Amino acid sequence: MSDAALKHVLGQPWRKPKFVKSDWLRRFIYVGAITYFIAALTTIEVDWVRVYEGLDRGKQFVLAFTNPDFGSRASDIWDGLVESIVMTVSASVVGVIISIPIGLGAARNIAPLPVYLVCRAIVAISRALQEIIVAILLVAIFGFGPLAGFLTLSFATIGFLSKLLAEDIEAMDKTQAEAIKASGARWIQWINYGVQPQVMPRLIGLSIYRVDINFRESAILGLVGAGGIGATLNTAFDRYEYDTAAAILLLIILIVMSLEYISGLVRSRVQ
Amino acid sequence: MPQYQQNGMAIWRKRTTGQSMLRWIGWLIGVAIFIACWQKISETTTWFFVWDSPRIADDIWSRATPPRWEYISQLGRPIWDTLNIATMGTLLALCMAVPIAFLAARNTTPSSILVRPFALLVIVSTRSINSLIWALLLIAIIGPGVFAGIMAIAIRSIGFCAKLLYEAIEEIDPNQVEAINATGASRLQVMVYGIVPQILPAFAGIAVFRWDINIRESTVLGLVGAGGIGLQLSASLNVLAWPQVSLILIVILVAVVISEWISAKVRGAII
Repeated sequence: MSDAALKHVLGQPWRKPKFVKSDWLRRFIYVGAITYFIAALTTIEVDWVRVYEGLDRGKQFVLAFTNPDFGSRASDIWDGLVESIVMTVSASVVGVIISIPIGLGAARNIAPLPVYLVCRAIVAISRALQEIIVAILLVAIFGFGPLAGFLTLSFATIGFLSKLLAEDIEAMDKTQAEAIKASGARWIQWINYGVQPQVMPRLIGLSIYRVDINFRESAILGLVGAGGIGATLNTAFDRYEYDTAAAILLLIILIVMSLEYISGLVRSRVQ
Repeated sequence: MPQYQQNGMAIWRKRTTGQSMLRWIGWLIGVAIFIACWQKISETTTWFFVWDSPRIADDIWSRATPPRWEYISQLGRPIWDTLNIATMGTLLALCMAVPIAFLAARNTTPSSILVRPFALLVIVSTRSINSLIWALLLIAIIGPGVFAGIMAIAIRSIGFCAKLLYEAIEEIDPNQVEAINATGASRLQVMVYGIVPQILPAFAGIAVFRWDINIRESTVLGLVGAGGIGLQLSASLNVLAWPQVSLILIVILVAVVISEWISAKVRGAII
């Protein structure tokens, strides 16, 4: 039996379905990706000699992790950490307090259109600007120190929390809110008894999560002079004190891990 | 049910006396911590600069507007570098994140006592440290430039991608894997035909999502010397060329908005 006849009897053999179904789109993606690769690889300049020289220092750094030096710069590390934590706590509190009204305003089913647009604009601006850029501008305006960092983190918290809160309010169960309204509640009572109980678990979860993010961000704000552990870390790198840098990094990882653990516990309890 | 007596009538309350006492004390401690934090920030702030800030802000604004539009001709290369840092960083990160995710997922890990904790450790430690800090570290080791930026983005993204991916792997439907197993497939074949098709949409979504975040992060990596448009930003800031700074900020904002739009479109098409 010839090949064609056999195929006629057996039918087409099974083939793995392609992930991108449309044929021309797949080809377009392949060609585009390959052209991009060639263009990118030819323009990236890598000084391999410098990289090779650096490997030795890289090894030293990795070794420093096995023998971190918490002692010799202990007071600097302690001051930086306290400042980071202080900034995190106060920025989270203020950020959450401000983001609740803005979140209410950014929910289309609660707020009238003008309020909605203003609040959405605030959210969009806050989300589009990265923390570090905001920090640079605020340091230029308010001077060096944790105040600039505190304001930066609060601003970033507003964008994050208001958006998620507004989305949660928009997705809430209308009937509950309507029932409260039908009982003759005023607007504030309606929010308090109809809306707030529905979004509270998520609000608590998100706030705790944001504390976690704020601490992580506070660790870099010091690079631009906005206070916190980042400044200490930067100095340690500049002076090639890898063992101190390793100690700081280990502390950051430890704090982030414990915050993540706590936030996981709290979120699983409230949700 | 908590209640109290008044004129011989039992009146319902939400909490017992003990509970409301506890809550009150909790709030007291919380407020005290916040005030202590605020005090700490206030101590280290030069309030003269803060009172003077409206004038400074006004001054900066008047210097920064209008942006120096013709400067954009010098931004082509930095933007291309930024794009490369983000894309190459994401690709490298995905290459490393996939094996780590398979090692970390409970249902695919070769050994949940020996290998899984190690994979989780890699995920946590790369995730807790910001890409700017990774960049700082890599610049100290392998020297400034685009390559350090790519590596910083790559390392930072491993944890993020691997975490989301291993959660996706843990949620797969075991029946499909079993069906492939029942045909007598080898371990590799089970992976390719049973597991990979199930996690491919999640994988593509994670990749695009992380790419979007990486575009954001790579725009500021230059502040510490890791290439991209941030280099121009820090150079302009150092010479107080505010019209150039405002132009760069506009470019960064546009880049962030475009990347977010692309990622939303692609994720919308996948899901």
